[in-house]
Amino acid sequence: MSGLNLIQILNGLTFAALLFIVASGFTLIFGLLRIVNLAHGALYLFGGYIAYSVTGMTGNFALGVLSSMLCVALMGVVLDLGLLRFVRGFELRQVLLTLGVAFVLNDLALVIWGGDTFSMPVPEMLRGAVRVGGGFYPKYRLFVLVLGLVVFLALWLLLNRTRLGALIRAGVDDAEMVEAMGINIRRVFLATFMLGASLAGLGGAVGGAFLTLYPTADAEILVFSLAVVIIGGRGSLVGAAVGALLVGLLNSIGQVMFPELAYFVIFGPMAAILAFRPLGLFGRAA
Amino acid sequence: MASAYSPQRRIPIPALASILIIFGALPLFASSYQISVANEILIFALLAMSIDVLAGYAGRTSLGHGAIFGASTYIVIYWISVAGGSPWIALLLGVLAATMLASVFALLAVRVSGVYFLLLTLALGMIVWGVCLRWTSVTGGENGIRGVGRPEIIADPLVFFYTTLVTVLIFSFIIWRFVQSPFGLTLRGIRDSESRMSSLGYSTASHMFIAFTITGIFAGVAGALYALFNNFVSPSTVQLSQSVEGLLMAIVGGIGTLFGAFVGSAAIILLENFVSDFTPRWPMVLGFMFIGTMIFAPEGILGAASKFFRSGWKKNRIKP
Amino acid sequence: MDRRQFLKTSGLALAATTTGTISAPFVARAQSGPIRIGLMAPLSGVVAAGGREIVEGFNMYWQEKGKSVAGRAIEIIEEDDAGNPDTALQKARRLVEQAKVDFLFGNLLANTGLAVANYVKTNGVPYFIPVIAADDLTQRDRVRNVIRVAGYTASQMPRPLADWALKQGYKRIATIAQDYSFGHEQCAGFAQVFTQGGGQIVGQLWNPLNTADFSPYIGQLANMNVDAIFAMELGADATRFLKQYSDFGLKGNIPLLGAQNFTDQSVIRTMGPECEGIISSAHFAEGSDNPDTQKFVKAYSEKYGKLPSLYGFSHYSGAMWVGQVIEKLNGDISNRDAFIDAVLNSQLANSPLGRPVRFDEFGNPVYDVYIRKVQKNADGKYWNVPIETYPNVSQFWTYKPEEYLKSPPFSRDYQGIKK
Repeated sequence: MSGLNLIQILNGLTFAALLFIVASGFTLIFGLLRIVNLAHGALYLFGGYIAYSVTGMTGNFALGVLSSMLCVALMGVVLDLGLLRFVRGFELRQVLLTLGVAFVLNDLALVIWGGDTFSMPVPEMLRGAVRVGGGFYPKYRLFVLVLGLVVFLALWLLLNRTRLGALIRAGVDDAEMVEAMGINIRRVFLATFMLGASLAGLGGAVGGAFLTLYPTADAEILVFSLAVVIIGGRGSLVGAAVGALLVGLLNSIGQVMFPELAYFVIFGPMAAILAFRPLGLFGRAA
Repeated sequence: MASAYSPQRRIPIPALASILIIFGALPLFASSYQISVANEILIFALLAMSIDVLAGYAGRTSLGHGAIFGASTYIVIYWISVAGGSPWIALLLGVLAATMLASVFALLAVRVSGVYFLLLTLALGMIVWGVCLRWTSVTGGENGIRGVGRPEIIADPLVFFYTTLVTVLIFSFIIWRFVQSPFGLTLRGIRDSESRMSSLGYSTASHMFIAFTITGIFAGVAGALYALFNNFVSPSTVQLSQSVEGLLMAIVGGIGTLFGAFVGSAAIILLENFVSDFTPRWPMVLGFMFIGTMIFAPEGILGAASKFFRSGWKKNRIKP
Repeated sequence: MDRRQFLKTSGLALAATTTGTISAPFVARAQSGPIRIGLMAPLSGVVAAGGREIVEGFNMYWQEKGKSVAGRAIEIIEEDDAGNPDTALQKARRLVEQAKVDFLFGNLLANTGLAVANYVKTNGVPYFIPVIAADDLTQRDRVRNVIRVAGYTASQMPRPLADWALKQGYKRIATIAQDYSFGHEQCAGFAQVFTQGGGQIVGQLWNPLNTADFSPYIGQLANMNVDAIFAMELGADATRFLKQYSDFGLKGNIPLLGAQNFTDQSVIRTMGPECEGIISSAHFAEGSDNPDTQKFVKAYSEKYGKLPSLYGFSHYSGAMWVGQVIEKLNGDISNRDAFIDAVLNSQLANSPLGRPVRFDEFGNPVYDVYIRKVQKNADGKYWNVPIETYPNVSQFWTYKPEEYLKSPPFSRDYQGIKK
């Protein structure tokens, strides 16, 4: 049995990049709106299917990705204004409501796209493999790695260098204070929800090309995202990045070194972190 | 607090008696299939009650009880058909295993509340599912383990139905007794104001630990009955949707109403049976039910009558 | 039982006993009603696409027959097992005890089939399983009323492929399979024949069902220095594996052999050139030039707009097999034992395979097995084309059944590998 090598580490990193894209949206919504959006995985899957359909029709990868982000952001608006507004302030009811939405969306996707497995078509320039170290590595996965870094930088700049970012950060720490300053926090909330949802759409479109799209993909990515956010801490961008790296690498290394314990390798450390730091590595009490 | 204590102390004879009469009289006119559905309703009502004890009386919503329930099912089937042991000892071991598992969950989860508690129990349940799926040499992996049948004296479906009924009724009484005990009252105190109770000198963590562990017994009994009922176990018995359905049953019946669990369990299982006559879209129906309940009837069918709900569930806003 | 029902049933019983001498017309009357069939398939959940094809293939046969056999109408009651054994069990109870079906059919995932088999073991209801392939259902744990019409055992199909691989001169092979019984058994069938013929299994990887990312496994396979790789995956895992195998540049460098589900239509239907040229073995090949096969493939494609998968084919043929037996019995299946015997002693004729199929003495069909290659057809779709045929392959390959059954059942730890 071959042990760890550069390729395996790269596998962990590229998977982590995708997890970060998805989980960053999740943690933003969780951090600011205090909503654990269990429909986040379903939004990922819907985004993937939409991107697949649009790319199939137009032959344009970028158009597929963009329309997926847009559609899923709109779905986020419908979810927030159409359903979650009725249960504002009740965190548990919100969580369970999003769980119901996840069931509905998952089944709806099955009705619309059928249960066949699809993979998102990739543009010509991203196909094939490049030489890395002693072996070949798919260009597309390296693209995902770069995309993950770009998303991290963009979000970091957004949060730290813009007015909206300042409001979001202030909102994560103390929503009431922001409101007291005469700012319509609801609009900030809605913008965040759309941003978070569109990241799920982006994840679905990008992930659909190498993880493929199929009826339970939503639950799987959701569980990984939960682990990332629990480890990283609510609302923390850096936490999401660290959590994604940890989960991505553990997933890759765990499958090679401890195949029987694959699940335990991811969730064991998560439980341990929670036992000692209930709010995650970078979580702060509100 | 004393005033809230006294009117509840009377034994809930009307509730228990109506359950006994409704279910007990069923075999007079129901078909064998309907009896098996009723049997399932009883088992899941017990699971829903175990969830309700935490949600309604301790203010902690768990998504891990399906896994605790299923762990008991696994142990019972394993002990009978793989280890070839006595079914009675299997039942004991099943409940014991569920209780131990619950105590492990409790150790990790007592420090958090609200959404974090929900997420943590969800993740812990996922670990149990992952272990059942991957530990193929013991659990049979995806295929699960087939049982060898019930012990002779409860082999007949009707006898088993009455056995389930009596067992569930006994445990309903025990659960009722538990939540009405001074310990249960302390739990409610913690639910309503954790800081007040700890400043009064109560150790909230140890109370939560004990409460969680005890609900493991109830979920374990339900899981053991399920093992005898289905004579089969596979990872789908411990999967997340089991916890989700259990929780939904507790909510539909009314959080904090305890015996509402019977109503919730019956509503969901009967609806699933009814819906499947017309469409395979049960997941969608279940999803809409969740959404509708959360928006329109968060207090459940019986919940309107319960004042615990108003004081507990809504106060249960999360301070992580 | 309430009093009215009691009177009704005892009245009937009385009528039946007192009219003993003229019971023949009574039976004939009872036998003129519809035959009720309970069909279970996963219509929601992860394998819903395969479940739909089960229903399609099954219904296609009965529709061709005008929904009646030997003058009796056929009534099909469909239930969704959701790919979940607990649900399957509940639905089986409902079909048998509530809907009073004459027999059960279907299910896709082994765990749902095993749960239902365990249930019908106690009540004797005939249960037909065209795609439930768990080895022991026709080997060590046979249940008489659980019958594999047009089905197969998991380890049966990959054996000829192992023989073929030896003939290609492959010496070192690594395997990867889904980590559950269906994977263990198929992989073992391959590994056993390959090592007994002098080949070497260099490594065996087991991935959990629904492995999101195969790259860690593919990285290991690439480093094993093998002549070929045998893969057993189905559904989304198969698509993902084929895709990532090609992404990592292994395709074209290391030949890929697959178990039959690996290149089934349910997998390759949505795929591109990643699947081209993969070799697998199975009793059915939608790209076979046999006229009976092509007649079926054409009819199915016209009806449902896609090439038939193994699920659709198996349930069409399974329905046909049972339909032919009912016809032979003139529609009288009231005697369950006689019905089961008649099925076990029958042969499937005129099936899409283009040759008759019979059971071995353990109730598992014996097939001519194709070595198949994925190629593009005239319409630009990928399909499996036979390149070689192994005649009369039974579940016991070349072994004596009595000897074979003495070895333990296959598992992750026992793969029948000759050291």
